Amino acid sequence: MTALADRKKEKLDRLAAASVEQGGVSLVRDAVRRLRRNPVAVIGAVIIALFILVAVLAPLLAPHDPYRKYLLDQVSLAEGFIPGPQPGFPFGSDSEGRDLFSRLIYGSRQTLLVGVLATSLGLAAGVVLGALAGALGGCVDALLMRIVDVMLSVPGLLLAITLVAVVDQPSQWTVVVAVAVVNVPIFARLLSGSMLAQRESDHVLAARALGVRQRSIVMRHMLPNALSPVIVQATLTLATAIIDAAALSFLGLGDPNPDRAEWGLMLGGLGQRYFEVRPELAYYPAIAIIIVALGFTLLGESMREALDPKNRR
Amino acid sequence: MLRVVVRRLLQLVVTLLGLTVLVFVWLRSLPGGPVEALLGERATPEKRAVLRRALGYDESIWVQYGKFMKRLLTGDLGASTTKGDAVLDVIGRAFPATIELSIAAMLFAVALGIPLGYFAARNHGRLIDNLIVIGTLVGVAVPVFFLGYVLKDVLTQNIHWFPPSGRLSVDMQATHVTGLFVLDGLITREFDAAADALWHLILPAITLGTIPLAVIVRITRGSVLEVLNEDYVRTAEAKGLRERTIRGRHILRNAMLPVVTTIGLQTGLLLAGAVLTERVFNWNGLGQLIADSITGSRDYPVLQALIMLAAFVFVVVNLVVDLSYAVIDPRVRVR
Repeated sequence: MTALADRKKEKLDRLAAASVEQGGVSLVRDAVRRLRRNPVAVIGAVIIALFILVAVLAPLLAPHDPYRKYLLDQVSLAEGFIPGPQPGFPFGSDSEGRDLFSRLIYGSRQTLLVGVLATSLGLAAGVVLGALAGALGGCVDALLMRIVDVMLSVPGLLLAITLVAVVDQPSQWTVVVAVAVVNVPIFARLLSGSMLAQRESDHVLAARALGVRQRSIVMRHMLPNALSPVIVQATLTLATAIIDAAALSFLGLGDPNPDRAEWGLMLGGLGQRYFEVRPELAYYPAIAIIIVALGFTLLGESMREALDPKNRR
Repeated sequence: MLRVVVRRLLQLVVTLLGLTVLVFVWLRSLPGGPVEALLGERATPEKRAVLRRALGYDESIWVQYGKFMKRLLTGDLGASTTKGDAVLDVIGRAFPATIELSIAAMLFAVALGIPLGYFAARNHGRLIDNLIVIGTLVGVAVPVFFLGYVLKDVLTQNIHWFPPSGRLSVDMQATHVTGLFVLDGLITREFDAAADALWHLILPAITLGTIPLAVIVRITRGSVLEVLNEDYVRTAEAKGLRERTIRGRHILRNAMLPVVTTIGLQTGLLLAGAVLTERVFNWNGLGQLIADSITGSRDYPVLQALIMLAAFVFVVVNLVVDLSYAVIDPRVRVR
């Protein structure tokens, strides 16, 4: 089709869309409609859905026990040999003779858990702080935002490292908490910014003039309208949380139990140690992390685009 | 303009003060308390007593903070618990390596990122634009250390295009002036050493520069797209100005503000990526120092100093970025 015809079609589509919208569609509903049409968002959503499905159904999907050392007698680390793919073990084994395929499938559970926990912890704390700052304004806002500034001035991974340093013995939970704390200032800053914009808006002024109580202005008028950038950020954070957790594992600051089937740990632990012997031990979990992180990023970025009022048509 | 500078400087001081409070609280929450943490396990009781007094450990929390600040301001950051040297010396030795790596990484990211972003925007909606956008999304999703390993695996083990680690070949004789090995080689006219250092620098720089590259491409693309829709660009085109003039004077100059912000932000964040990159390529800089100070036997004095250094760099870079707005965009000066 020629470019001209393309442009005509686009124009018609736009007109059609505009006529449907005459009834007045909310920004969110409009955004959802545009998201469903956006192939990038759909791909992201499909990746995430598959990831969650694999995590939930891991016991059904995995052909073997991820912790049993089936092929240990074939492994010979002294000679630098780790068995590759063979019947029943499509991806071969890891350095301990365990089925790599099953470990990857089970790994989705731990990875999902770490990502979701770290993000929701950070989100919860960030939303509370941000809402407080945005609702109260004044010196509470100034104080909280200065703290946020300080935290944001230390690069995320370094902040996580300093937090891990506080505990005697790092564990999986230190990683979750550290990654969560790193994200608190980001969420807080974002929410307080968009709440402040709400405070000045006409509908809040109207509510105040009507004598609506402060609490319900914040909870029902300001917060719901201010949340969408935070939700977008949370989707993107799921990706960075998984990557950051993997980085902490790589530095040896993650789970002290290197046997756990978790992608970051598989990549940063045995995958890194035996990279020269069998790089697949690192490649497979890394590819899994990249795909999942990409899924969350694709969905998050297209949500951001869809929620941008500038793109509304 | 002067008022903007003064205001931003004040903000900088406030942020840095806030940082010292957080570090002070952090030191106190370390396992074993600050004295234990700062001296390590093998310190003699006399040394402990001296430090306890220096920190004002028996006095009120305010006095303790005052003494902590006094030590900071006089540059007394203590001694490394693992290396024994003064923290400032340890950091000073590792500093040039990271500076060199960071400069190379940002050069790579900026020199490639702005043209790519501009090119993508100019071809908006075409296949090449979509490919570039997908590339940037993948670039952000790849764990830095894994990218390093892959580059190393492919380009140093299988085909020996690059050296796998370190900053110079073992048999290379080189005089060091600044500690930036490439620059040293050029200054002293030891061009073989400069070339060798550059050779070692390329893979780590690409590894560290990939995330900034991806971000710069995306921001440049978005910003240029917005400017492309402006009337003045259409006017310039209608006037029949040369493509080069439109690109430089009309599009890029107006699209640069968010890009410069991004470059600044990414520069401030480089140290985090350096922790991972330097470990992969065995690059003896600040990143390795951070990683070493936390894994194995912990070196809290070094870690404490490096955290503050990282934050300081970040804040200062941001200040420079803010002030550079005035140069790029005359409208800011008026405000």
